[in-house]
Amino acid sequence: MSTADTQTGIRRTPGLVPVAETMRTTERHPPEEISAPVPPARRTWAFWRLLGSELGLTFRRPRNLALLAVLALVPIVLGIGLWIAAGSGGDDEMSGLIQDVAGNSLMLTFLSFSFLVLLLMPVVVSVVAGDSIAGEAGTGTLRYLLAAPAGRTRLLAVKYLNAVVFAYAATAVVALSALLTGLILFPGGSVTLLSGTTVSMADGLLRILVTVGYVGAGMAALAAVAVALSTFTEVSIGAIAGTMVFIIVCQVLRAIPDLAPIAPYLLPTWFTNFDAVLRSPIDTAALRDGLLAFGAYIMLFGSIAWARFSGKDITS
Amino acid sequence: MTAITLEAGAPFGAAPPSGDAIVTHGLTKRFRGGQIAVDALDLAVPRGSVFGFLGPNGSGKTTTIRMLLGLVAPTAGTYSVLGLSAAHALPLVGALVEGPAFYPYLSGAANLMRFDAADPTAERATAKRRVADALERVGLSAAAGKRYRNYSLGMRQRLAIAAALLGPRELLILDEPTNGLDPQGTREVRTLVKEIAADGTTVFVSSHLLAEIEQMCTHAAIMRTGRLVAQGTIASLSSGRVALVKVETPDVADAARTLGTLGLADVRPGNGAVTAELGGHAPEKINAALVGDGVAVRGLAVVRPSLEDVFVGLTGEGFDVDG
Ligand SMILES: Nc1ncnc2c1ncn2[C@@H]1O[C@H](COP(=O)(O)OP(=O)(O)OP(=O)(O)O)[C@@H](O)[C@H]1O
Ligand SMILES: [Mg+2]
Repeated sequence: MSTADTQTGIRRTPGLVPVAETMRTTERHPPEEISAPVPPARRTWAFWRLLGSELGLTFRRPRNLALLAVLALVPIVLGIGLWIAAGSGGDDEMSGLIQDVAGNSLMLTFLSFSFLVLLLMPVVVSVVAGDSIAGEAGTGTLRYLLAAPAGRTRLLAVKYLNAVVFAYAATAVVALSALLTGLILFPGGSVTLLSGTTVSMADGLLRILVTVGYVGAGMAALAAVAVALSTFTEVSIGAIAGTMVFIIVCQVLRAIPDLAPIAPYLLPTWFTNFDAVLRSPIDTAALRDGLLAFGAYIMLFGSIAWARFSGKDITS
Repeated sequence: MTAITLEAGAPFGAAPPSGDAIVTHGLTKRFRGGQIAVDALDLAVPRGSVFGFLGPNGSGKTTTIRMLLGLVAPTAGTYSVLGLSAAHALPLVGALVEGPAFYPYLSGAANLMRFDAADPTAERATAKRRVADALERVGLSAAAGKRYRNYSLGMRQRLAIAAALLGPRELLILDEPTNGLDPQGTREVRTLVKEIAADGTTVFVSSHLLAEIEQMCTHAAIMRTGRLVAQGTIASLSSGRVALVKVETPDVADAARTLGTLGLADVRPGNGAVTAELGGHAPEKINAALVGDGVAVRGLAVVRPSLEDVFVGLTGEGFDVDG
């Protein structure tokens, strides 16, 4: 302990090495040692540590949990509604849809996805992804993260990976909720596909897994758009609303028959392609095309986000 | 114009193996819209100094600090922090920029853990201990588990200082660290800064509180509308503005004549007193000369200018924000 410490009389907890001591230790190192690059192993660990911190923030935040809860609720409501409709029975005009779902517990999952993938899941994902950079800029924490220094590329990668994990979590929540609801309300057993062939329950579950993988990838592509928009503003609502506008404009354009040629370039066009798993055999070409489109969106908007964020003046 | 890349391992234009913790050469920032916030700044902050960075509102202090931290890219000029590249320097720099900014829904300790996680050189194993130490140093241990949302202004400011002390630091950059602190808090920050400086850490502190800077700093620089108007040790800054000799006497005219004969510059007869620039003259000789000429000397004082006088002299009396 130097005399300075005793004079200023700072309180010290016994057994702990105070910060001041660490400082002096650092000073004793020759400058070369300080400037020596951090070993790659440590850097890798540091990346996962930051991602862990990011995931902790995301999955502990009440707002995000509420969004996931809403997603979980939809299949339950949908299942109960169909159960009541099927139970009222006697209706010869009962649509094929209700018959399909009422006939097998797994079908509710596919039905839920085809509802949610159009708007609600994109909303939920864009809230988290649109908030990623803009939210930190808005609260001013971005400047402290970058001064830490988190590194711009590293922070952007962590933010995007976090959004991807959340996108998959949202997809999994829908699948699990729909699966449980379906298993409780409707009979199990073999699954009749759109093509009329029946597959075993295990095969059906496998197809749900493929669906989760595919829909999650679609949401990850949407997250890339939202993260890119997020680098352009300090107001998260702006990035979130921008993503919503993007989705809605795409849906509108898709609905115009004359614009059919541009449909393949619109992201939401590919979201519903997961119904390829309901063919026998699985229409892998449709899934592949969709995944390629998602990949293209991730590359494009990832590059835009990086180009913007790596050169941006942080004045918030 | 030299472009500075913000990413890791960027070659810094000015990175001589000098003894300076911060060096800038012609550092300039012109914001979009044409506003020149920092204009050809040549700063040299010696290692181990406590360096006061002074200037009126809008003079470019925060913008300079943002450039040093790699948050804002300079329009022109170069800078070097600790003589290292940004990626290597920043982990050794603790910073407080334009007030605290934290996650309102996290506790103070959780907030510090978050920023520690962002530093790639920080060890996770020691994080808890370092966070506790940093909180203790700023007197926040008792409020460590409280949500940031419920912190008072001063507690927030303290937490921001704690964040700057998370790791082993070679340089602390503190932008108005005493903002919002009560008198005790202000004193504690002053003590803390002195303590940190005693450990050999360079402290670069911007402030409006001139008395504060005068008590705390060894060096200072003064900014005005983005330009550096003075820098050096506190003593040299004050000596740059001449000391005055003030003679209290009923014989104002006689005294003024004597001072003029002695060769003192800027002799100003006033009401019951005469002032003049002391220059290289010895006060006792002046007194002897006055008495020799039969001037009734009631009092003779050497008035050394305070940093505030220096500051106002260099940045103007006006209250309005420039530019
Ligand atoms: N993002 C920005 N865009 C345009 N002009 C800016 C921006 N940020 C700062 N400025 C301008 O740059 C100048 C310097 O601002 P800066 O914040 O560096 O001043 P400061 O010395 O820190 O002032 P204060 O003492 O009030 O904190 C001001 O005129 C300000 O209006
Ligand atoms: Mg400022």
